[in-house]
Amino acid sequence: MDLTPSDEQRLLRESADRFIAETYTTKLREHNAREPFGFSEAIWKQFADLGWLALPLPEQHGGIGGGAIEVGILMEAFGRGLVSEPYLSTVVLGVGLVAEHGRDEQKAALLPQIAEGTLRLAFAHAERAARANLSRVDTSARKDSDGYMLDGAKVAVLDGASADQLIVSARLANNGSGSLRLFLVPRGADGLTLADYPRLGGGRACNLTLQSVRVPADAMLGADGDAYPAIEAVVDRALAAMSAEAVGMMQTLTDKTLDYTKVRKQFGKPLAANQVIRHRLTDMSVQVDEARSMALRAALKADADAAERGRAASGAKAKIGKGARFVAEQSVQLHGGMGVTEELDVGAYFKRLLAFETLFGGSRHHYRRHAALSGRLVNA
Amino acid sequence: MDMTFGDAELAFQQEVRDFIAANLTPDMKRAESLNASVFSEPETGVPWQRALNAKGWGAPGWPVEYGGPGWTPAQRWIFETECAHAGVPSPTPMGVKMVGPVIIGFGSPEQKNYFLPRILSCEDYWCQGYSEPGSGSDLSSLKTRAVRDGDEYVINGTKIWTTHAHNANMMFALVRTSDEPRQQDGISFVLIDMKSPGITIRPILTIGGDHEVNQVFFDDVRIPSSNLVGEEGKGWTYGKYLLEFERGSGIASAKLRKALHRTAALAESDATGRAIEDPDIAIRMSEAEVDIDALEMTELRVLSALQNGQNPGAVSSILKLRTSEIYQAVSRLGVDVIGNDGLYVEPTRPLHRLNAPPAIPEDELAVMPTHLNGRAYTIFGGTSEIQRDIISKLVLGL
Repeated sequence: MDLTPSDEQRLLRESADRFIAETYTTKLREHNAREPFGFSEAIWKQFADLGWLALPLPEQHGGIGGGAIEVGILMEAFGRGLVSEPYLSTVVLGVGLVAEHGRDEQKAALLPQIAEGTLRLAFAHAERAARANLSRVDTSARKDSDGYMLDGAKVAVLDGASADQLIVSARLANNGSGSLRLFLVPRGADGLTLADYPRLGGGRACNLTLQSVRVPADAMLGADGDAYPAIEAVVDRALAAMSAEAVGMMQTLTDKTLDYTKVRKQFGKPLAANQVIRHRLTDMSVQVDEARSMALRAALKADADAAERGRAASGAKAKIGKGARFVAEQSVQLHGGMGVTEELDVGAYFKRLLAFETLFGGSRHHYRRHAALSGRLVNA
Repeated sequence: MDMTFGDAELAFQQEVRDFIAANLTPDMKRAESLNASVFSEPETGVPWQRALNAKGWGAPGWPVEYGGPGWTPAQRWIFETECAHAGVPSPTPMGVKMVGPVIIGFGSPEQKNYFLPRILSCEDYWCQGYSEPGSGSDLSSLKTRAVRDGDEYVINGTKIWTTHAHNANMMFALVRTSDEPRQQDGISFVLIDMKSPGITIRPILTIGGDHEVNQVFFDDVRIPSSNLVGEEGKGWTYGKYLLEFERGSGIASAKLRKALHRTAALAESDATGRAIEDPDIAIRMSEAEVDIDALEMTELRVLSALQNGQNPGAVSSILKLRTSEIYQAVSRLGVDVIGNDGLYVEPTRPLHRLNAPPAIPEDELAVMPTHLNGRAYTIFGGTSEIQRDIISKLVLGL
């Protein structure tokens, strides 16, 4: 039992922190927000050159074979810098689904391109009626002699417009099983409509409609079998990665707020000279510390059995979601009127943390899931 | 990074389990499960400490030369976790965890030779004389005075919140030996025989109905000057060292998990009408468990840092703060789980000596007194407000 980082992990943290500090400036963020895809192609290329896109890929497919801990180290740094490149969409969710559920020839075809930075994926899963229920999918896949025909609508597809291929979840409509399948759909497919928008806190997302979208039979990801266990596993790992990202944001916000309350003077003394402010800052830093512990736990349990993995992932999402709101709201509060303006980046972190809390279900949803996975609650 | 145990660690885990199976009697276990106080009564705590000592495990935190077992932090973790899981007694920490380290750090060779073996064997039962009626959080304003008279000190004043003073034969105390411009100066750390003439003990009942703490009065109490630890006037330094030990020595998550498991078992029982079927109870149980998970991870991070010879930083105050808050959340949940049965408060102490069948199921007896007494968790050992002051200084540099 040892929770100290290895030398490789320490080096990865140093290089990620240095990259964010030197390259990922406010100016770059503003530039990215004006880009059509909400991020910089040049930075994505740099991620490829640094080996970050290959980080969690299996070694036989051009990857480095890193795990959830390594991804978490990168994501925490990305959180500090409010990175808007589609790492979560392509490398965590996309690679995760292909590696977990894809056939060998699909892995061999797709993964090396991702490592090189020439292929991006997006996961089109959430639907309006499903809210946070991961297993509720109404989009249908109808099998015929040519392949499959997909019909339905998806919401909050992260970085869908910049993806070369979308991984669309759908329920088999006509063979009686009704089980879930995943399909690789090219972004330009006939019948696919994207409504792209800039998403809260940076990056972009889109809503999709699929009207009689035809894909060949081999576009189905993986073999014939229910895709839900793979989806659940990959989303749990994404929750761990997002948790680490949230830790980076919470730490940065707390640091910024601490610095501000030391220099901002009212009534002839710094704000931080008041005990009520010091204790608030203390509570924020305790939340950051607990968030760090939970993100680490979720990463360490990323490959555990489904219930243990799910309890750690939902525990992290639930607790960090609650802590993130506290830290974000108190950061704005302690910055006073300036905290509510676009002149400081406090609001940008606030919004990104709210996006974190919203994605894949909020804090309350994940406490319910934790209780259900612990056998305490039926019908979560 | 990994959370799994290696072969040597697994072997040690088995050794601890074997020890517990051989030494934890059913009576001890029952007494502990019905203990509503912070620490075990001497009748259960002392035999357990003696069993540990016979095995060479009497003082996990002490250096080997003084009788410590020489465990790695991971072994310490395993030991505490297994003990909590099995529900072993919690002897008072005043001997092994408090005065012991101070004597090891600052005591004379004679004090070490005489007192340390007696601490390990529980031949001496210690209590702590720190707080006074006028000195709570502002501890260094204390007024109990020790005046040098030849080779003796003459002590006058009073101490309060003295846990198990009525069981103890020795007290370590902070007393004022001189008046200095800074109130932290002029304080000395002394050892007092509780049988000395001039000592009066007034019991204080806590709101759960337990007699655990006392007020102790000193009226011209004489102690030999050889019972001064370290240098006269340096007591505040030694006392602070001890408090940091008190805050940092706990591996608390395993005990909290045990308390939650007890609450969960009640919630799943017919005695509570299966309280767990209330979704609010079920979800709060998960909230408490997740808080314990976070605490456990922080404790493991600290242990890993210690294992690698690193300084874990000022986390002991964070751990104290969160442990006490989570403890109270779990005990609050317990009260909600037993519902109407919380109205019945059994006055008999200790609860395991109860002769007649109680009005409520036995498993529920300790729930309400534990909750009531447990309000002290965020007060003793430095209140949560004091912990926040410390964290703001040490962690945030304010």
